[in-house]
Amino acid sequence: FSGAGGGNDIQWCFSQVKGAVDDDVAEADIISTVEFNHSGELLATGDKGGRVVIFQQEQENKTQSHSRGEYNVYSTFQSHEPEFDYLKSLEIEEKINKIRWLPQKNAAQFLLSTNDKTIKLWKISERDKRPEGYNLKEEDGRYRDPTTVTTLRVPVFRPMDLMVEASPRRIFANAHTYHINSISINSDYETYLSADDLRINLWHLEITDRSFNIVDIKPANMEELTEVITAAEFHPNSCNTFVYSSSKGTIRLCDMRASALCDRHSKLFEEPEDPSNRSFFSEIISSISDVKFSHSGRYMMTRDYLSVKIWDLNMENRPVETYQVHEYLRSKLCSLYENDCIFDKFECCWNGSDRQVKFFTRTSDLPNIVMTGSYNNFFRMFDRNTKRDITLEASRENNKPRTVLKPRKVCASGKRKKDEISVDSLDFNKKILHTAWHPKENIIAVATTNNLYIFQDKMN
Amino acid sequence: QDTQEKEAMTPERAEEAKLKAKYPNLGQKPGGSDFLMKRLQKGQKYFDSGDYNMAKAKMKNKQLPTAGPDKNLVTGDHIPTPQDLPQRKSSLVTSKLAG
Repeated sequence: FSGAGGGNDIQWCFSQVKGAVDDDVAEADIISTVEFNHSGELLATGDKGGRVVIFQQEQENKTQSHSRGEYNVYSTFQSHEPEFDYLKSLEIEEKINKIRWLPQKNAAQFLLSTNDKTIKLWKISERDKRPEGYNLKEEDGRYRDPTTVTTLRVPVFRPMDLMVEASPRRIFANAHTYHINSISINSDYETYLSADDLRINLWHLEITDRSFNIVDIKPANMEELTEVITAAEFHPNSCNTFVYSSSKGTIRLCDMRASALCDRHSKLFEEPEDPSNRSFFSEIISSISDVKFSHSGRYMMTRDYLSVKIWDLNMENRPVETYQVHEYLRSKLCSLYENDCIFDKFECCWNGSDRQVKFFTRTSDLPNIVMTGSYNNFFRMFDRNTKRDITLEASRENNKPRTVLKPRKVCASGKRKKDEISVDSLDFNKKILHTAWHPKENIIAVATTNNLYIFQDKMN
Repeated sequence: QDTQEKEAMTPERAEEAKLKAKYPNLGQKPGGSDFLMKRLQKGQKYFDSGDYNMAKAKMKNKQLPTAGPDKNLVTGDHIPTPQDLPQRKSSLVTSKLAG
């Protein structure tokens, strides 16, 4: 829908790309999560090497009114290290599975980052002044000989080059037997949940030695295991409500007021399957890899292997909308199973909420777009208002700022038109699993394997 | 007959047929517990003292083999030792995103 007329259509342009150019990607550099903070000023990435890199948006330059601030490195730190579970002889990967920001309460910023087993609360704070003029210490820290001190002075704070420090404030460990796939901060800003394959735990941000188990789907006999938890999220407004998705394509909504252990769902969202269409692949491709509430909390979006579905919380028996991400892959499932791509976990996101509701603007006029990634470094957007969709590519070839990105098209079969790419030419090693949308502006962050692309609206 | 034709024509079913042709022993239910169990146990397993002792008992009278080329193999007669484990170090290098 770029350039297709209509004042609301977004024209995406390349803004920046971060990361190495070389094709030889070190495993540690594989980006595993991307997340804007609540104001959009900060953008965090986590990688397989356990490192977090935070970018900060520059203040808008008044003379360059055509482009919003660029994102530059603000802080980087090692969040998690590789560990070894001696009891099971298993290594615990340091890969950062998820990062979630806390809303800002004071000068410092806080985020939760998690690997497979341990969640950490990090405090990121700025230091731009330091005390100088101590009586007993030299400026470099060495102690002065007290007998040489003849006068007293009052130390004063003097400006210094900005230093951004990250320190771990809480470590939430030893609560998960299986691998953590999600963390979600509650709207009360005091508690959060962490979900692994079989259990979900509720934590208080201040308390690390205790956590409440709120969902447990582990069967007494593991031979009876039929599904696992794939994602979980708190409702944006109701602090008692959360959802979790499963490998069988279902979503369960739970209310913590109902009981201490929310094994019985309040709502079960499931689209009935057409039995005549069932195949060996049906369950695998129905597995939900991500679930995200809309800003209002009225809807939720799920991502399975081939599609994005929008659910109305008031309707459990089917989604209200289904968008095909890459339907042409349905006839490639055999090879996608063989190369394990069928198990790739794509995420999805909503556009930022538009807080500037103008008078006389109909709700249907507010931008309402969802975004998700695909292969060949393609990513897709679906406009829920206009029902139009677009495929764009994150590539260094489209490097000119302010040049509108050219839509891509995949040719499923038959005669390939010029500029189209055939399914067989797609590079399945170039996957876009993680994308994020700025909470307020039309700026998006798209992660390829080891690079982070930032695109923004052309905005004349 | 009509339904059968319709079934055969689904791209998913065609792909399933392809897969079954390649791997005839593939189980019927892909979402079964074996499949999910494997998913739950993701991660590199190294030393298993149970396997180690079993293999040692089995090979009491034979020469103990030294660790072969595949150092991560832990089951069967191969006996890995802690010395064979590859060193896992955290990334001391700054991320290239910050470069």
